[in-house]
Amino acid sequence: MLNILFFGQLKERLQTHGMQQLLQEIYCVADLRKRLQLKGDIWQEQLALGKTLVAVNQKMASEEERLKDGDEIAFFPPVTGG
Amino acid sequence: MASNIQIRVQEADFDLGHEYKQLRDDNPSDGAIVTFVGLVRDINQQQVVTGLFLEHYPAMTEGALRGIVDLAKSKWPLGRVTVIHRVGQLDVSEQIVFVGVTSCHRKAAFDGAEFIMDYLKTQAPFWKKETTSEGDKWIQAKIEDQQKLEGWQ
Repeated sequence: MLNILFFGQLKERLQTHGMQQLLQEIYCVADLRKRLQLKGDIWQEQLALGKTLVAVNQKMASEEERLKDGDEIAFFPPVTGG
Repeated sequence: MASNIQIRVQEADFDLGHEYKQLRDDNPSDGAIVTFVGLVRDINQQQVVTGLFLEHYPAMTEGALRGIVDLAKSKWPLGRVTVIHRVGQLDVSEQIVFVGVTSCHRKAAFDGAEFIMDYLKTQAPFWKKETTSEGDKWIQAKIEDQQKLEGWQ
């Protein structure tokens, strides 16, 4: 099982702070992103590549990062602190 | 100071004088201290701002800030480094962020502090939502901030 989190504007647009996802046929971040985008138009749009950053187990990650059972994956908009 | 790196993410305000003292006390080998404080402005992109909400990713935030400080320390001979970032609801003119850096000489301290701020703005998981005269809105990341980061690489 993957633990998925959303932050910032993404959390509001998707109307959820997170969810769980079975690892079936999901090997890397790109696979997970595509799977989530199938959930509907808003998901397709909001999770578009280049529009969101991703962290795996609290570290910034690339689309190629391999995923394993129990990983925490966070999707969020470009950060705006400081 | 228990450690020469202090990282804090908190709702509470901070005191510049206290933080400066922490950087300076019992630190005879460093001849330079640079501090930066970021504040909530009342105007952004031609709109009146009446407050700011800062969201973050609690499990990741401190680790991300520590990684930025470690990177800065690998580039310059920095002595002590303090980074404080506030979260939650802030009013106009309130303090948002503190970066304080000590070093033997001023160049490393200036560069180290600027580097930490530039990285923080593009790499640390914080998101600002402004309360404006036209409703609440999430601040969008600026391309200039990303370009500034690339200048260090």
